[in-house]
Amino acid sequence: MEENKRLVKVPTMAEMAANGEEPEILFWVGCAGSFDDRYKRVTRAFVQILEHVGVKYAVLGTEESCTGDPAKRAGNEFLFQMQAITNIEVLNAYNVKKIVTACPHCFNTLKNEYPDLGGNYEVIHHSTFLQQLINDGKVRVQGGEAFKGKRITFHDSCYLGRANDIYEAPREVLAALDADLVEMRRVRANGLCCGAGGAQMFKEPEPGSKDVNIERTEEALATLGAGNGVIATACPFCMVMMNDGVKNKEQEENVKVFDIAELVAQAEGLSR
Amino acid sequence: MIQLENIIFLIVAGLGIGLFVWQIQKIRKNILLGRDLDLTDNPSERINKTLLVAFGQQKMFKRMLPALLHLVVYIGFIVINVEVIEILIDGVFGTHRVLGFLGPVYSALMFINEILAALVIVACAMFLWRRNVTKVPRLAKGVEMRAWPKMDANTILVIEIVLMLALFTFNIAGLKLVELQGGEAAGVYPISQSLINLFGDNPQTLHLIERVGWWLHIIGILAFMNYLPSSKHFHIIMAFPNVYYSKLLPRGKFTTNPAITHEIKAMLDPSYQPPAPETDAEGNPVIQRFGAKDVEDLTWKQLMDAYTCTECGRCTSVCPANITGKLLSPRKIVMDTRDRMEEKGESPVIYDPARYGKDEGTERVKVTEENTLLRGYITPEELWACTTCNACTESCPVNIDQVSTIMDLRRYLVLEESAAPASLNAMFTNIENNGAPWAFPAADRFNWAEDIYVPSKN
Repeated sequence: MEENKRLVKVPTMAEMAANGEEPEILFWVGCAGSFDDRYKRVTRAFVQILEHVGVKYAVLGTEESCTGDPAKRAGNEFLFQMQAITNIEVLNAYNVKKIVTACPHCFNTLKNEYPDLGGNYEVIHHSTFLQQLINDGKVRVQGGEAFKGKRITFHDSCYLGRANDIYEAPREVLAALDADLVEMRRVRANGLCCGAGGAQMFKEPEPGSKDVNIERTEEALATLGAGNGVIATACPFCMVMMNDGVKNKEQEENVKVFDIAELVAQAEGLSR
Repeated sequence: MIQLENIIFLIVAGLGIGLFVWQIQKIRKNILLGRDLDLTDNPSERINKTLLVAFGQQKMFKRMLPALLHLVVYIGFIVINVEVIEILIDGVFGTHRVLGFLGPVYSALMFINEILAALVIVACAMFLWRRNVTKVPRLAKGVEMRAWPKMDANTILVIEIVLMLALFTFNIAGLKLVELQGGEAAGVYPISQSLINLFGDNPQTLHLIERVGWWLHIIGILAFMNYLPSSKHFHIIMAFPNVYYSKLLPRGKFTTNPAITHEIKAMLDPSYQPPAPETDAEGNPVIQRFGAKDVEDLTWKQLMDAYTCTECGRCTSVCPANITGKLLSPRKIVMDTRDRMEEKGESPVIYDPARYGKDEGTERVKVTEENTLLRGYITPEELWACTTCNACTESCPVNIDQVSTIMDLRRYLVLEESAAPASLNAMFTNIENNGAPWAFPAADRFNWAEDIYVPSKN
């Protein structure tokens, strides 16, 4: 098998600019996608998909920095704007026009909050991007056995759903897989937060009777029922929170948490 | 012919309406305590939203039973108000059922009126049942649901039932009088007709009952109107402007503070010339707080939100923090804003903040001495529990933006007091130093790209 694989060299904006080239899309990786061990696998899966379909893309690499989302949601408008204005300088210097990101928090901030500060880009969340690839027939996701008979439930990210009205794209991606898509009680506009938004990811929750991710995981587990199941997410924070919840319930053997990009990559035989 | 009764009516109606106008002025003043904000953009989109969400009750229909009951009371309110116009004319000019000349239209109107009035009684009774017997959690529970809000809700429902009963009273007595005189009544009254013998057949008594019912109805309406500014029921007026001035941007977009933008641009580029600061009427520069500590730091729209809230608790019932037992209740944030506004500004005639005061409550909601919205009413613990998930704003039937108020209060804590929880301060430091919320060196940011393989195409 090894000889049928090739090593990917992920192109950076700096290299492209040095060669006088411009990519079609900038893949904004985000902090979680760059540093979180679990979510790095999602980043890689998405790169595999980009390579597979042959779209001309690039990343900022070490030139990327936090969009400022957690600072903004925590109330630190000053730090947010410092980050945003600095990032916008980098993006505008490279003449970036189209950005794809797997993180709904980066997506929301780049799309909705950067324009006020001089950053105007077409920003696409990877769920929408993947849906387009499937619709265009560039990705077939007929992985055969990979998901046959498995139950998958999709957990809506607040910053994708309620914040930006994207409910269908990730579901259409999942529907293309040969799996049994089941919905939780609280979905779409009524979806329950994973508990990590609004900078909660970076602090202990306030005292209460339960953590939000436990409440949500219980709901997901009840929906999936016994046996093998997948909780599909489309957000790095949701993934961490659902994973923690599944571990807390000692269900990690039965229930896996995957990002929709990983599921597509698996179905395409790009990764295990 | 104009008689003493009409003169008394004119005085009573004048006083009632005048008092109401005076109360509205007070509320307008309170709302204008807030900061300026231009929301005159996109009028057509705003009108559409108002038609759908306010007139069309669109967001109520997330919960079927209360939506249907509410619809009955809402339509009843609108249709029965047509009769109020007649009552006003009759009252002033001493006429009797002046709109009767409309013939079949009038008959249809009276017919619908009676059916709706009966349905309103049923709906209000069911609302009372839900509040006091089955105790629907969102209506019964919560630290903010103290004496006043609970009494307020019950008062409204009882008054509405009394108003409808008064309407039936004068319809029944009036019908019987016409029958005794051998005349033909203007209009069709399906319910009163079937109860026509309820008050006997003494014309004097019947006339008295008819007048008592009539006066009770109109005085009740005037009194109720003047109770509104003290009550959650004020939403029947405020829902319309509040929805018109809704946030039209994506929910995830939070406001940008231009003062901070100028500061940062000047820091990054010494040649940058920030615009001259805003000045007040005397030409002194306006110094604004970063974020909100008190009601005057919020925008007029956020204050209008507080007067629009009907305390239905839909926001709190879907709030992930509240569901999991944390202190945050989006409804409380809005109710606190109104209470503080009326403490600081002017109060309506009846409203008694002491009944929804800071006196009771659990240990964890105990507030400090500091008498501002932040800390005086709302504790940092509540604010830090918010995930900004927007479940509250999604659920609100009148488009209140609880998240924006929570965010502005958070901004004050962070920007003016540096009072964020320690772990958030650590996150800020990481972003400043490493460009990531975690303590990883920026140089490692691209390490994920090693060892990625894809199948060869050939």
